[in-house]
Amino acid sequence: MMIRRRVVLGQGAAALGLGTTALLGPTRTAQAASRAGGDVPAAHVLNRLGFGPRPGDLATVGRDPSAWIDAQLKPSELPLPAALTAKLRESQFVDADPIAAVREYVSIAAQNNLQPNVARSMEVGGDAASMQMNPAAARQAQAGQGQQAATPLGRLVRAHQLPALESRLFRALESPRQLEEVMVDFWFNHFNIYQNKAFTRVLVGHYEHYAIRPFAMGRFRDLLGATAHHPAMLYYLDNWTSSVEREGPRDGGGGGVGDGIRRGLNENYARELMELHTLGVDDGYTQADVTQLARMLTGWTLVPVRQRRAEALLAPAVRVVPPGHPADIPGFWFNPRQHDRGEKQWLGQRVAARGQAEGDFALDTLAAHPATARHIGFKLAQYFVSDRPDPALVARLAQVFKAEDGQIVPVLRALFESDAFWAPDSVGAKFKTPYHFALSALRAAGHSPANVIALSTQLASQGMPLFGCQTPDGYKNTEAAWLNPDGMSKRINFATQLAQLFSRSRDGVDVDALVAELGPLVTPATRRLVEQNRQDPSLAMALVLAGPGMMRR
Amino acid sequence: MTPFPTSRRGLLKLAGTAALTTLGGIRIARAQPSSRYATAAQPRLIVVMLRGAMDGLSLVVPYADSAYYQDRAAIALPRPGEADGVLKLDAMFGLNPAFAPLLPHWERRQLAFIHASGSPDPTRSHFDAQDYMESATPGRKTTPDGWLNRLATVLAGPGATPASQRLQAVNLGPTMPRIFSGPAAIASLAGGRAATTESLADQPRIASAFTQLYAGDDKLSMTVREAAATRREILDNLMSDDPKADQGALSLAGLSRDTARLGELMARDARICLAFVPVGGWDTHANQGGAKGQLSNRFGLLAQALDALATNLGERMADTNILVMSEFGRTVRQNGTNGTDHGHGNVAWLMGAKVNGGKVHGRWPGLETAALNENRDLAITTDFRDIIADVLEQRFKLADSQLATVLPGMTQRRRVGLIA
Repeated sequence: MMIRRRVVLGQGAAALGLGTTALLGPTRTAQAASRAGGDVPAAHVLNRLGFGPRPGDLATVGRDPSAWIDAQLKPSELPLPAALTAKLRESQFVDADPIAAVREYVSIAAQNNLQPNVARSMEVGGDAASMQMNPAAARQAQAGQGQQAATPLGRLVRAHQLPALESRLFRALESPRQLEEVMVDFWFNHFNIYQNKAFTRVLVGHYEHYAIRPFAMGRFRDLLGATAHHPAMLYYLDNWTSSVEREGPRDGGGGGVGDGIRRGLNENYARELMELHTLGVDDGYTQADVTQLARMLTGWTLVPVRQRRAEALLAPAVRVVPPGHPADIPGFWFNPRQHDRGEKQWLGQRVAARGQAEGDFALDTLAAHPATARHIGFKLAQYFVSDRPDPALVARLAQVFKAEDGQIVPVLRALFESDAFWAPDSVGAKFKTPYHFALSALRAAGHSPANVIALSTQLASQGMPLFGCQTPDGYKNTEAAWLNPDGMSKRINFATQLAQLFSRSRDGVDVDALVAELGPLVTPATRRLVEQNRQDPSLAMALVLAGPGMMRR
Repeated sequence: MTPFPTSRRGLLKLAGTAALTTLGGIRIARAQPSSRYATAAQPRLIVVMLRGAMDGLSLVVPYADSAYYQDRAAIALPRPGEADGVLKLDAMFGLNPAFAPLLPHWERRQLAFIHASGSPDPTRSHFDAQDYMESATPGRKTTPDGWLNRLATVLAGPGATPASQRLQAVNLGPTMPRIFSGPAAIASLAGGRAATTESLADQPRIASAFTQLYAGDDKLSMTVREAAATRREILDNLMSDDPKADQGALSLAGLSRDTARLGELMARDARICLAFVPVGGWDTHANQGGAKGQLSNRFGLLAQALDALATNLGERMADTNILVMSEFGRTVRQNGTNGTDHGHGNVAWLMGAKVNGGKVHGRWPGLETAALNENRDLAITTDFRDIIADVLEQRFKLADSQLATVLPGMTQRRRVGLIA
């Protein structure tokens, strides 16, 4: 490890001995980058602020790394290439009514006699595959879920999931707004939803484009608001049926949302809102606070899926607006009949009954809480710098977060200017997640696949299916989570397959060009093995793409 | 010399002896001899972790506790003898009928439940509670390793080398869990068909090139070399000629296939003494159902998977224990959406070798409000570490100092009586 790092840094090593001079401000990165020289800083920023270099990137970024960082912090000023926008099929979820998609799902599932359990699972939540008692049927249900779906339901799901996968993966591979794509990944994980919980299957693209993407480089409070309003989150964490405690039979007339489910309080979203999304696990709330917050959030639900019950007539029609307004998410509905109108006692404060405003107040309070600043600071430091981030760095980021009202760009700027980010020990220290690795290998090869299914399958086989994390805490990005023998075998296999694909293509493999383009990301050991295997260009390319220089960022 | 058996039954028989034979692609490896086990068979432990707080009150049901029916009107299971009623275990408890595949183990006294057990830490965070259960240090987040990794080191003994530790411990699935984190090397067994399908990178010239590339002493290099070595051995043991490349992570629907394969692997390779199986999908906050429904369907798939594991272990089952736990239980009272929320005490169970089975162990604290933890959850009367300690002391014959290494900071230990 030490040897590799010394060689990777090469001539830059001395220059990168930046010491502990406490320089702050915009000149910091410029100083760091210009003193370093060579491709090292370029490789470092491309690997951390993006998904790794494509051919030509190291040269471009190397001319002025700090200017590149500045440009990444202002993504709206970087136009997307026509070749990329031409392949995105985002009209499925942008300017679209998510409840219409859910109604279509429910209606097809109800008609489909082959999967009666799926119909029930949509009302009650649950994974279709796991509901089948017969293992053969379970396998069939699971196989039908993403790929060669022959059933009408499978086709509908695929029609929604595939564009969502394409949108994320094509943008990550080809967008010049690399930092924005990294932040979309970061925030999706932070506010994770699982795409295979019943009708969430047709909502994930909408969720990403309405609740995550518009605010990924914006303001934390907006992310919090948008995710709290989105039907997918309200469904995934069960808040949609959470209601003031009430006795009585299932009713459709004057009672609940009208889908036959008994009304009562559900704490799931309230707990995760505090534990995972904002304050963090240790910080200053009790079980009682969870219950009280759940009471405050009763009524935060979605426009009813089934329209025939009386109460559904009271709900507004879905207003389809473009993304960008955190409190204006199509499909959100505050149902006053579900809302607990009593007074609450939360985080040491008395909360008077004020209907939907109680939830807004809760989000304001949580976003402004110092524990949230520390929690987000920690997660950013861990994602961008090291698995066990320096507490001083975390404190600094928390301070900026608070001072800048949760604006993400200033926090990122402080991070990229920090000593910790540029420390020699930090360069190349983060082990890539399967997501990062697969994308970086494709980018290094200069390849964007015609369709994303193979890439999506690869991510699933490595234990990191995109949109497929079942638990709300999202995927980890640490070495401990991902470095294991099976994972390494799979990465090597992926690189080998990719290289074979190239060697069979018209242009063949130019290993020398690849090695030259990747500069410090090809270690001396890799160069030696490439030499030894010249007669087999496909193997040589695989060695580069899955070599030690490509495993870390 | 008798012909080498090629039937599976014949191979399984041979696996029990101390022979080292290579014929074709099948290799039966010799158990690493250690003086401790020279005259007795190598004990084995498989830990199954149910992630998401499995509702134990719906599995081992206290039908005779009157509070059960008051508190769970929509999701309680009927009493023994009633339609869809629980299968009677004793005067207090009945088994969810979906768990019928494991009833023979109970009747053979090879299955013991421990109710009202768990971790004393009060956290209701899944992630913290799993962390504590896997590090076996409730309340302490600074423990760097997992208890199964510490156990692997203890079992390997002072003269251990990477070669001698190869395939001592196997993790099922793509993510290395906390319980296995630490210095001891852990092999991975993939879920799905990837486990038994030779991939491109398994071809000798490719595998060899990468082994040369990753020649160093750093963790990355050692992991790659370990992968190549164990992959070859696992493939040799389990090679199938199924060409489909369905590569998936662990799922409950496919669990029986994955546990069957793990059992088969352990039956064929005597070096494996520790294994870990994670199973998710237990966090039933809404509409969990009663005797029929979401949760019972899951129990059915779990029971089949555990039975498949035991069956495929074959004769190895006589030396193996399977321990099943979940990070905490769920609320005694159902919630407003016909599910349950995070709780405290839960049921755990132990199967296999020398188990004092056919019993529900532990003191049952009862479900009246006065007996509950924080007025909402089943209390805990048996610490999960006491369950582990029984197995380590009585099956693995660990000395007190070794127990303290695997389960540090345990101030008081109480024997549960799980091993006969």
